[in-house]
Amino acid sequence: MTEKNPLSLQLKVEDFLPATDAEKQSLTQMRPGVSFWKDAMRRLRKNKVAMISLTVILIVMFFSFIVPNFYPYQYELQIKGSEYLKPMTYSTQEQLRIDAGEKVFPHILGTDNLGRDYAVRVMVGSRISLMVGLIASAIILLIGSTYGAVSGYFGGWVDLVMMRIVDIIYTVPDILLIVLISFAIRDPLAILAAKPGFGWIQTVGPNLISIFLVFALLYWVGMARIVRSQVLALKQNEYVTAARALGAGTGRIIRKHLLTNTIGTLIVTTTLQIPSSIFTESFLSFLGLGVAVPLPSLGSLASDALNGLNSYPYLLMAPALLISLIILSFNLLGDGLRDAFDPKMKS
Amino acid sequence: MLKYIIKRIFLAVMTIFVVATITFFLMNMVPGGPFVAEKSISAQAQAALHEKFGLDKPLIVQYKNYMLSAAQGDFGLSLKQRGRTVSDIIISKFPVSAKLGGIAVLLALSLGIPLGSIAALNRGKWLDDVIIVIATCGIAFPSFVICTVGMYVFGVYLGVLPTMGLTTPAHYVLPVFALSFYPTAYITRLMRSSMLDVIGQDYMRTARAKGLSQMASLFKHALRNAILPVITYVGPMLAFTLTGSFIVEKIFVIPGLGGQFVSSIVNRDYTVIMGTTIFLATLVITINALIDILYKFIDPRIQLK
Amino acid sequence: MNEYLVEIRNERLSFFTPAGEVKALNDVSLHVREGEVLGIVGESGSGKSVTSYSLMGLTAHPGRLIGGDIYFNGHHINKMSERELREIRGNEVSIIFQDPMTSLNPVFTVGNQIREVILMHTNKSRKEANERARELLQLVGINEPEKRLKQYPHELSGGMRQRVMIAIALACEPKLLIADEPTTALDVTIQAQIIELMMNLREKMGMSIILITHDLGVVAGMCDRIAVMYAGKVIESGTADEIFYQPSHEYTKGLLLSVPNINDREHKQLVPIEGLPVDMLNPPAGCPFAPRCRSCMKICLSTMPSYTKLSEEHYSACWLLDKAKFEGQSEVQHD
Repeated sequence: MTEKNPLSLQLKVEDFLPATDAEKQSLTQMRPGVSFWKDAMRRLRKNKVAMISLTVILIVMFFSFIVPNFYPYQYELQIKGSEYLKPMTYSTQEQLRIDAGEKVFPHILGTDNLGRDYAVRVMVGSRISLMVGLIASAIILLIGSTYGAVSGYFGGWVDLVMMRIVDIIYTVPDILLIVLISFAIRDPLAILAAKPGFGWIQTVGPNLISIFLVFALLYWVGMARIVRSQVLALKQNEYVTAARALGAGTGRIIRKHLLTNTIGTLIVTTTLQIPSSIFTESFLSFLGLGVAVPLPSLGSLASDALNGLNSYPYLLMAPALLISLIILSFNLLGDGLRDAFDPKMKS
Repeated sequence: MLKYIIKRIFLAVMTIFVVATITFFLMNMVPGGPFVAEKSISAQAQAALHEKFGLDKPLIVQYKNYMLSAAQGDFGLSLKQRGRTVSDIIISKFPVSAKLGGIAVLLALSLGIPLGSIAALNRGKWLDDVIIVIATCGIAFPSFVICTVGMYVFGVYLGVLPTMGLTTPAHYVLPVFALSFYPTAYITRLMRSSMLDVIGQDYMRTARAKGLSQMASLFKHALRNAILPVITYVGPMLAFTLTGSFIVEKIFVIPGLGGQFVSSIVNRDYTVIMGTTIFLATLVITINALIDILYKFIDPRIQLK
Repeated sequence: MNEYLVEIRNERLSFFTPAGEVKALNDVSLHVREGEVLGIVGESGSGKSVTSYSLMGLTAHPGRLIGGDIYFNGHHINKMSERELREIRGNEVSIIFQDPMTSLNPVFTVGNQIREVILMHTNKSRKEANERARELLQLVGINEPEKRLKQYPHELSGGMRQRVMIAIALACEPKLLIADEPTTALDVTIQAQIIELMMNLREKMGMSIILITHDLGVVAGMCDRIAVMYAGKVIESGTADEIFYQPSHEYTKGLLLSVPNINDREHKQLVPIEGLPVDMLNPPAGCPFAPRCRSCMKICLSTMPSYTKLSEEHYSACWLLDKAKFEGQSEVQHD
């Protein structure tokens, strides 16, 4: 090894005086500690794709939940003589009213075969799709996380039995059973709805209820598995032992320690569950097993549009593009959340 | 190993049994029962059913009779297609769906694996971005959107592809494309993340330190490991293409089992619905079990457990 | 260049991460003689492993060599093409990694993975390669080699896997063996066996070894010379005795005080080194150890000290050594 010093240094006595702690400190910048939440949110905000997706979701929600309430047309309103209007056109009657000086709100996306304003139908349709996605995910979250947490926490034979049940449900081809269940319970629900006290079933729609029922019965297993494995991993952690030693009860441990620590995973899984539920609902609606007429959903709108595809392709494009956009946005937001909550989990 | 195989087969049989049971009782929730719900059933079919399943007997006896027949592949007569048994219908329609689904699965594998690997090896570059964007869209677009939009663009607007039936090779293009879109996208993403995981592994460094070229180490050491998760996806993919065929066959008017299933729902042909459900579920569950067992042979790490 | 088997001159290497340029190696110079064992000691992130990987041309993305020269066995490594480098890797120089659990490919048999390197660098037939693999397993002390060759890595214990890694590394009788923390992931009793095996094999085969470790105990018994690295710099190097008995850099002294010594008569308190390593994204202008140094002076914070030659082999980069020289004079021409 060579001794080298390209420039000869001029050294002074003061240089060899001991440095103060303050001087030493100035060299080591400590990064301030940030809380888990703040850190995750900061990462999420920096993720452009996720933020754009979130914006798209909020805009779609605004148009599907709020705008239809103030919209000049109702989704079930059939305007005689306005069948199959092209976007931004008016029927002869409407044209006459305009000529008479009346103001007529344009049919932005035209009208369908029964003369219903298509824009409001698409908006209400996406409301149904979003509602199904959100409610179904909430149900899945509730059942799945409880089941998984209980199974993982107690372990032993409880875990064994509970997980065998999950295994069986997991290997069942779910779409097949969903089709079957929604088909089979359609009639019994309709009968039940006719009875006094069950009128609410009619309001919500028997098909929607059967969809929720199916989700509640089948779709929670994925969530249960994830939560269980998280709980199993956390159970080994020392702070749980510490909490136990301090006399915390089982319920408290599950709530306070385990669930708060799995919250990141829960948020991510639920967010990714939403598009998958919307997907399934649209699938069923497309097959005619979804929402009841005249209520539209994006799937049934697309299915209806198929009949007039040659002449009225725009009737297909609006719901098709919208549902793709919604599912895409939720997927991307979910990916963003996953990256934000657990940078290591990055796929 | 043997213990695992037995356990896995037992689980599969159990699941098939549970699905068949659920199917039977769900169908019996239909007011009046599946076999007598419609007035339009031919007297001959009604009589045959009556004899076979003993419709006057208690539900549990009917269940036993149905399960015993089903176990022998006999699902009774169709309520709507006169004189045809459910098994006949399945046997005549399934090969069409199987061929379509098989092509779609092969296409998905042969596109998804290379695309995912290429994306992983070009991580962060434009090629990776392009593949990710396409794959993300592929996962987000429901199959009916792909079908209908594809049908409109290529069938109606451009008029270059036929949109109905399944008679010439050109007829296969749109349905196969629609069926394989999602699995291709999914495999691409799966392969990409598993490849990224593998190329970061220590044994890849060992391979390079031995003097293997980048290509040789990828083909020998990385691919074999990275492809393992894709194998586990083959089961779900199969289930997806089978159920996906409901929509695809309905839209493209293809005379397969999926289209048949959908029209029997519309027609309330209960025996066909039950038979088809049990048949498809059995198929999916069996193949899933076979793949799980196969997987144990392929991945030596879990061979001993 | 001919004097040494390995000579690294003023190597500078950076990782270009999204967060900025991480200067992993900052003017590193090292050499290894034929048959010599060099220990490189330092904490994680000090650049030990990066140095030795770059010696094989195996710098991982996004790392890049940005200066200096690396010579090995007559090759000018940083001027060689990938194809030429492949000829050397596993052949003239080979490496053992820290974790034998993950360093072997789980889906191929042990035999397959040993044969691979033999088939690549020699003209042996498959059968001859298999014979050689069997020989190698015997050499590294594995019983029943025939059976082991057909087994998968997960069927072997940790110590056995590390022996397999050594067998792979020695398959082509390399001139240099790099051992990157070869014992860190192993049980203490196994550690000793592996070290002993490596020493025996060195005597039999006469190769040089670079032993990378943060365990001073391991280096003490095995190395001829030691280089101490801190924050991408070699801050002190010398013979093993010089480093252990006459450490001159404050960091080296701190390291030695932080490990127990069996020869100490009385119960000595272990002294940890306070503080954290520097942020390699913005390394300080002066001595990187200054913020943690007990004897830190004003100059240490602003200027990197140059090496002071203490003996034929012993070099150290610390301003305190200059201070000693400097004392009594008001101004010196530093050389």
